[in-house]
Amino acid sequence: MRDTVEIRWHGRGGQGAKTAALLLADVAFQTGRHVQGFPEYGPERMGAPITAYNRISRGDIRIHSNIYQPDYVAVVDETLLRSVKVTDGLKQGGAVIINTPKSPEEVRPLLNGYTGAVYTVDARAISERTLGRNFPNTPMLAAVTAVTGVMDKESFFREIRASFTHKFARKPEVIEGNMRALEEAYAAVEQAIRKQDTPLRKTA
Amino acid sequence: MNHTDKNCKTIQMTSREIRDRMSGNEAVAYAIRQIDPDVMPAFPITPSTEIPQMVSTYIANGEIGTEFIPVESEHSAMSAAIGAEAAGARTITATSSAGLALMWEELLLAASNRLPVVLALVNRTLSGPININCDHSDGMGARDTGWIQIYAENNQEAYDNYIQAFPIAEDPRVHLPVMICQDGFITSHAVENISLLEDDAVKRFVGQYEPEEFLLNPGRPVSVGPYAVSDYSMEAKKGQEDAMERAGSVILETAERFCRMSGRKYGFFEEYRMEDAEYVLLLMGSAAGTAKAAVDQLRQQGIRAGVLKLRVFRPFPAAELAEAIRRCGCRALAILDRCESYNGVGGPLGSEVTQALYRAKVYTETVNYIYGLAGRDFTVEHVFGIVDELRDVADGKVLPPDHKYIGLRS
Amino acid sequence: MRTDIRNITPSTPYTGLTEGLQLYAAGTSRQFMSGEWRTSTPVLDMEKCRQCLLCAPVCPDSCIPVADGKRQAFDYDHCKGCGICAAVCPFGAIAMTED
Repeated sequence: MRDTVEIRWHGRGGQGAKTAALLLADVAFQTGRHVQGFPEYGPERMGAPITAYNRISRGDIRIHSNIYQPDYVAVVDETLLRSVKVTDGLKQGGAVIINTPKSPEEVRPLLNGYTGAVYTVDARAISERTLGRNFPNTPMLAAVTAVTGVMDKESFFREIRASFTHKFARKPEVIEGNMRALEEAYAAVEQAIRKQDTPLRKTA
Repeated sequence: MNHTDKNCKTIQMTSREIRDRMSGNEAVAYAIRQIDPDVMPAFPITPSTEIPQMVSTYIANGEIGTEFIPVESEHSAMSAAIGAEAAGARTITATSSAGLALMWEELLLAASNRLPVVLALVNRTLSGPININCDHSDGMGARDTGWIQIYAENNQEAYDNYIQAFPIAEDPRVHLPVMICQDGFITSHAVENISLLEDDAVKRFVGQYEPEEFLLNPGRPVSVGPYAVSDYSMEAKKGQEDAMERAGSVILETAERFCRMSGRKYGFFEEYRMEDAEYVLLLMGSAAGTAKAAVDQLRQQGIRAGVLKLRVFRPFPAAELAEAIRRCGCRALAILDRCESYNGVGGPLGSEVTQALYRAKVYTETVNYIYGLAGRDFTVEHVFGIVDELRDVADGKVLPPDHKYIGLRS
Repeated sequence: MRTDIRNITPSTPYTGLTEGLQLYAAGTSRQFMSGEWRTSTPVLDMEKCRQCLLCAPVCPDSCIPVADGKRQAFDYDHCKGCGICAAVCPFGAIAMTED
């Protein structure tokens, strides 16, 4: 992991991109990192494009601006590709992670000439299979963690389980479904990483 | 942490450090839980709504005994706060933007009646255009209401400042209300690392509220807020102004005591890499962190830049600020306002800082920048641009603009 | 600090006033003889009074005390001579006289 990793999330109001950013901050904090997780609010309405951000660092984080040159970009809703230039400013050597049933080759034409790494994960299908509903942010959280390597796999699953146990204290029956959603997405992305054979993750 | 200090560290800290992560609103609500105030009248408004919401949850869970008064407007919230505080209850509220504006009349009454209400202000622009994002126009608009105002760079400072508000407000030398300000969304809704204090340590630090005079005090009647004829009104206002002047030393004493508990040092302002700075940015709130990060990068390029982050805006530490600028001997100073005064010449910090410098006969070049209005982002690149301009001004290549916008499309 | 507010006068320096002009007493208006402002005085004719008690509640300065169902003598220390009592009396029992 670099000293500071900056991630930009694109989603639509109601899909949980902000929640995913906050959860990522949460688990990264538990592994001893300095974190920031924050949303950018526009006219916050269900369905409106929204942006959320993460900074994850080994040291103090002082900057309080939005992220314009992210290391990674997560797209929680592929329909955003039509209207939002999600790869704007995305750093060389980074990656964009998109929720879609399509392959990276199929979505690349929608990325305005972007030539870097693309990962796709069918977060909707995973969510519907494991949770019975479309909560794409949970599988996306796992995919982003796998691609960015902001923490190792074991720590991620340990801390996210602890976080869910706390968050869903009143409905523990949803914990296992959420964990399966994370595991499936993580495994899918791990496989894609092996296939692309890109040494994306600079180990800590 | 940013504010650890050598002098502090040598002293045994009286609270264990609890490492956590939370948003700025959560941090203030957490401090409220630890303090367990008597009364909280509040009306929701973005982006401060989470504070009364979280406090209500603490109350519903039986964690604190605070009496929550759901009122129908901020005008009523501050009115109820005044009544409760006068009655002898430790009273708090929270608001933003138009909510603070609707409290206007009562803000002045809380101060003139010398009631130590504590208000968490989550800074948001005043309309219009209507907008929910951060600038300091709400807090700056209330700068002449007689409230002490303390601004935070991050969640940690919002938490620390909030805890310090009570001993400052309730000190018999002060007896003034305090506004604890943090940047809406930028810190209020951002999850960051934070170092919390133990509940008992916070309770000990804040202490029991024991007002000398209060309404619900059988056998010792008192009348609050009487009509005053002109024979007395001006004297009353000067008495209130004296209390604001005395608040300065109480703020510093409280900061010192807080440092012994937490290891984190606070003053009227923070000087960051100022010792030999040629170019200094003076600003308040979350943008100070961005400025510090930019200054670190500039220093690596050999450019001697520094940041003066103002924490206490009321009382205004004019002499101390001027002395800090004199000491560092900077060639040019950028004064950054997250607020427009619509006076044709700049913002409130621009006016007050240059006045402070002039009165202290510190004649450095200054440029007053207006930035970040209604949530306009402020980045390290903006800081680079400002320092570039300060260099040109100091070198005599350009005349200092008296009033300039940052990040404006033109 | 409690101070005796009776010692505070228009010549007291500002440092001698109470904090926020608090008054450390209750019901202090009783000590203020607003009756000195009166230029016209109500006088009750007991012969005509039927103790209907219409006058007592309309007095803006609470200067018509009532005891045992009967109105008592005017409180001239505080009566400002507004004449409302005389105007409401159905029996002409209250006359306003010039002092």
